[in-house]
Amino acid sequence: MSRGFTARKYFILVLIAGIGSALLIRLFFIQVIADKYILSANNNVLRYITQYPARGFVYDRNGKLLVYNEAAYDLMVIPRQIRDFDTTGFCRLLGIDVQTFIEKVEKARKYSSYRPTIFFPQISKENYGFLEEKLFRFPGFYVQPRTLRKYPLAIAAHTVGYIGEVSPAMIERKPYYKSGDYIGISGIEKSYEEILRGKKGMKIRVVDVHNRDMGSFQEGKYDTLPVAGIGLWASLDADLQAYGELLMTNKKGSIVAIEPSSGEILALVTSPSYDPNLLVGQVRSRNYAMLARDTARIPLFNRALMAQYPPGSTFKIVNALIGLHEGILKPTTAFGCPGGFSLGSGKVVKCHAHFSPLQLKQSIQFSCNTYYCHAFRNIIDKGSRKSTRAGYEKWRKQVWDFGFGHKFETDLANELNGNIPSADYYDRFHGKNRWNSYSIISLAIGQGEIGVTPVQLANLCATIANRGFYYPPHIIRAIGKADSLNSKFLKKHVLNIEKEHFDLVVDAMEDVVLAGTATGARMDSISVCGKTGTAQNPHGKDHSIFIAFAPKDNPRIALCVIVENAGFGATWAAPIASLMIEKYLTRKIQRQDLETRMVEGNLLR
Amino acid sequence: MERAGRTIFSNVDWILISLYAILVILGWLNIYAAVFDEQHKNIFDITQQYGKQMIWIGAAVILAAIILLIDVKFYSAFSYILYGLGIISLIIVFIIGKEISGSRSWFQVGGFGVQPSEFVKFTTSLLLARYISTLHIDLQKTRHLMVALLIIFFPAALILLQNDTGSAIVFSAFMLVLFRFGMPLKYLLIPVAIVLLFLLSLMVDKLILTGIIALILIIPVIRFRRKISRKQVVAAILIALLGVGTVFTVDFVFHRVLEPHQRQRMEVLIGKETDLKGAGYNINQSLIAIGSGRLTGKGYLQGTQTKYDFVPEQSTDFIFCTVGEEWGFLGSLVVIALFVGLLVRIILVAERQRSIFSQAYGYGVACILLFHFAINIGMTLGLVPVIGIPLPFFSYGGSSLWAFTILLFIFIKLDASRYEFL
Repeated sequence: MSRGFTARKYFILVLIAGIGSALLIRLFFIQVIADKYILSANNNVLRYITQYPARGFVYDRNGKLLVYNEAAYDLMVIPRQIRDFDTTGFCRLLGIDVQTFIEKVEKARKYSSYRPTIFFPQISKENYGFLEEKLFRFPGFYVQPRTLRKYPLAIAAHTVGYIGEVSPAMIERKPYYKSGDYIGISGIEKSYEEILRGKKGMKIRVVDVHNRDMGSFQEGKYDTLPVAGIGLWASLDADLQAYGELLMTNKKGSIVAIEPSSGEILALVTSPSYDPNLLVGQVRSRNYAMLARDTARIPLFNRALMAQYPPGSTFKIVNALIGLHEGILKPTTAFGCPGGFSLGSGKVVKCHAHFSPLQLKQSIQFSCNTYYCHAFRNIIDKGSRKSTRAGYEKWRKQVWDFGFGHKFETDLANELNGNIPSADYYDRFHGKNRWNSYSIISLAIGQGEIGVTPVQLANLCATIANRGFYYPPHIIRAIGKADSLNSKFLKKHVLNIEKEHFDLVVDAMEDVVLAGTATGARMDSISVCGKTGTAQNPHGKDHSIFIAFAPKDNPRIALCVIVENAGFGATWAAPIASLMIEKYLTRKIQRQDLETRMVEGNLLR
Repeated sequence: MERAGRTIFSNVDWILISLYAILVILGWLNIYAAVFDEQHKNIFDITQQYGKQMIWIGAAVILAAIILLIDVKFYSAFSYILYGLGIISLIIVFIIGKEISGSRSWFQVGGFGVQPSEFVKFTTSLLLARYISTLHIDLQKTRHLMVALLIIFFPAALILLQNDTGSAIVFSAFMLVLFRFGMPLKYLLIPVAIVLLFLLSLMVDKLILTGIIALILIIPVIRFRRKISRKQVVAAILIALLGVGTVFTVDFVFHRVLEPHQRQRMEVLIGKETDLKGAGYNINQSLIAIGSGRLTGKGYLQGTQTKYDFVPEQSTDFIFCTVGEEWGFLGSLVVIALFVGLLVRIILVAERQRSIFSQAYGYGVACILLFHFAINIGMTLGLVPVIGIPLPFFSYGGSSLWAFTILLFIFIKLDASRYEFL
C-alpha cells in the first residue's frame, strides 16, 4: 500500500534541496555580501596599541634647553573589562569621590566599551609607583606611559606655546589624531607640531575572549615603531629673553629683538606673561581658566605679535625714507616749525619746542611733527598727478613693503596683520573724493588709524640696520641639528629704497641717542642708533616706544621696546632698549642703577 | 537471486560509506581547529577533544563493522525489544542520570558520558519501520496513524521530561516518514501552520492577524457558498477558530509554558531581543565567526573567533562556525553539498528497497539527519532559534557520533541485504 505514495519522495527530495539552498543563500549573504562581520571579528580579537613617540625638545640659540619631556602616566580604562572591585579603595587611591568615578566610567563607556579611554590623565612619577603595585586588583584599568612638557627656564611662555588634548573638531579635520592625543595649541608647539610630534607607532595584539594577550598579530607584520619627534633650535637667546622679561616686570608691553643679518628673533618678550609650566598636565585647564579670567593684565595675550599700536614718531623714519626715495625730500630740505602744523580752520598738529627751521637729519633727531606734516603732504599730493587717492595708494604700497600691514607668514604662531588703512577705508569714512592729504595728516607722524605690531616695528629697525633689506623675522633657526640652518625663511627682502638714504637716516638715529630725544639710551662703549615714539592712547596715558639697533656698523641687534601707559618714548622704552643692547653685546650690565630703576618701576597700578 | 558474499562489505553502498567517512574526518579536523592551542599541537593528543574524538571514531568504525556482521533479520525481529530497552534506559536515566546544564539525560560511565536519547532515535526508527511495514497497516486510517504517532511521541515525551527539549523536538522529523507512507497531508501542514502562526503572532499585532485569518477563510466560503458542502463550511470555521485560538494563546504559551531561555531564543530569532552580550551573544558571535570567513576563509587553524573562544560550544553545537570562518563560503558550500548528497543518496537507496521495512527505516534515517542538519546549521546562521542539537558526524562527542553511526549503518546493512528480503 505504501507504494501508492511513491510520488511523495519528490516532496522530500525537494525539501532537502530547498533547505540546502536556503542555508547556502544565507551563507552567501553573511559571508560574501555583508562586510560588517569581518569588522566585528577584528574588533573582537585585535587590540591596537598606540606607541607614543617622545616629543622633540626645544633649545635656545646657544643650546640651552627651553622645553623637554618628563615621564607621566595616564590611567586608562576599558569599560567592558571592569569587574566588581573595591570602588571606595580605588577612589581613595586616586583622590576622587565615588560620584566622579561613576561619571568618568559612564563617559568612557559612551565613547566605547571596548576601546581604552584615558580615565585619569598624567599621574606623576611618585603617585604612579604607588598605584602600580595595586593596579592588578582593578581589572579594566591599566597605565600608559606618556610624556609631559617641562620648561626648565620658565621663560618665553607665549613663544614656546603649549600643548593640550586635541579637540573633536581637530580630530575630524586631521585623522592622524585620536581622542586623548596631544597637539600643539600655540607658539612653537603649534607652528612646528608636525616636526615636534614625531610619528605614532602602532602595535597590533591579538586577544582571546577573556582579553588575554595571545601575541602579536601576524608576527607583527603590521606593527609600526614610533618615530621620535625632532628637536628644534630656537633663535631666542635665553639670557636675553630672561633679562627682557625681568626688565618688563610690572609693566605692560613687549620687547622684540632681531638679529638684522638673519631675521632671527633673539628675544620676544610679552608682559605680563606667565610661567609656561602652569599650562602642563592635570593643572592645565584650571590654570588656563585662571589666566583667562585675568582681564586686567591679560597674561595670555601675546602682545609682541598681536598688539597693534600706532607707531608714533618712529614712523617718521619711514616717511623720511619714502620722501627721499621719491625725491620729494633732499637731505637739505628744510621746513620751519612755528610750534605746529596748521590744518586750517584753527586745527593744528602741535610740535614741541626745538630750534627752527631744521633739515631732514635734525627732523629725526628732534622728532619734529611739523616737518613731517609738510613732507607727508608733498608725498601724497606730488606722488601722483591724478588724485590724492592714487598718491595715497602709492605711499601705502611703499609702507607695505617695509613689512607693515601684513603678516610675515613665517613660523610665528598667532601673529596679526596690523593695519595700514586702504584708500577704500577713507572713501567710506569721508566719502569718495572727499578727503585729501590734510584729512590723513596724522599718518605723517605715525598716529591715526595706523596700527603696527611690535615685531613689525622691530623688523623696521632691522631693515634700517641692514640699510635697506630684511629677512622675515622667525623664531626657529635650526631643525634636527644645531648647525643646520633653517633656510626656509632666509629669503632676503630688498626694499627699492637706495642705501644712501638709509645711511642718512642711520646718522640721524645715532644723533637721536647722542644728542636728541633719547639720550637716556646712550652708552659710551656702544654706538646705539634709535628713534623714540609715543603712541597716542585714547584710553589712558600714552605708550612709550623706542626702536634701536647697535652697533652702528655691522649691527648685531635691532629691537623695538613698547611700554604701555609709560608716556614719552624716552622715559621707559629707551633705557630698557639700551639695557637689552648692553646685555646682548657685552653680556654684562655696567649701569646697575638704571637696571634697578627699570626693573622696579611699576606701571601696572 | 544473488546470495550475500562472505565479507561484511559485500553489496554495501560505497557512496554512503564514503560520504560518511569524509564527513567524520572533516568533523575531526574541524574539532582540532576549534579547540586548537599552541600548547597542544598534536592532533592525536588524547587529553584534548580532538584526541578523544579520534578514539570515538575508532570505536564507531568497530561499531559499524559489528552492525554489518549481525544477521539482517535481527533488526526487524528485535525492533520491539530494542525500542523497549530504549524506553527503559530513558526512564533509568531519569532516576540515576547525571544532570548536565539543566537536563538529566546522561549516564556517567567512568569518565565517559552516554546520552540514551541519542540511541533512542534508531530504536524508534526501527520500530516505526516495523509498524509501517506490517501488512494491514494503513496510515490513512486514523487509528493506525495514532499508534504510529504514539511510537514516536512516547520516547519524545520522556526526553522532554528530562528537560532536553532540543533532542525531543528531533522526533517530530518522523512526521515526514509517516507522510511518505500515507499520512494525509493535513497532519503535516497543521503543525507547520501552527508553528508559523505562533511566530507571526509574536511579531504582528494580534487583531490584524485575526482579521487576516478571517478574510482568508471567510471570503472563499461566501464566494463559493453554493458549491461547497455544509461539512466544508464547518471545517473552514473550525480551522479559523483554531487559528484565532493559536493567536490568542501565544502570550500564555510564550510567557507561562516556555522557559525563560527558550523565550529569549525566540526573541533573538525574531529580532526583538538585541542584547548582544546576553541572550543574543551566541548567535552574534556565531554570525561574526562565519561572516568573517568571507569567500575563501581565513585558512585552516587561522580562525581567530573560534580559536580564541569567542564562539561558545564551538566543538559541539557550533562546530559549523569553524567551517565557515576557516574555509569561507566555498568550504561551507562543500560541507552543505556533502550533507545534501548524503541525504539524497539515502532517499534514493531507500527507494530501491524491496521491503517496506528497509524503505521506511531509510526514510527515518534521512529525516533525522535532515532535521539535525537543517536546525544545527540554521541555528548558527541565525535562521532558527538556538536548539542545542549536534551536527551529525561533525560535532564533538562519542554518544552522538555512535548513535548516528548505528543509525546509518543499520540502513547500509539493510540495503546490503536487500536481495535477501522477499
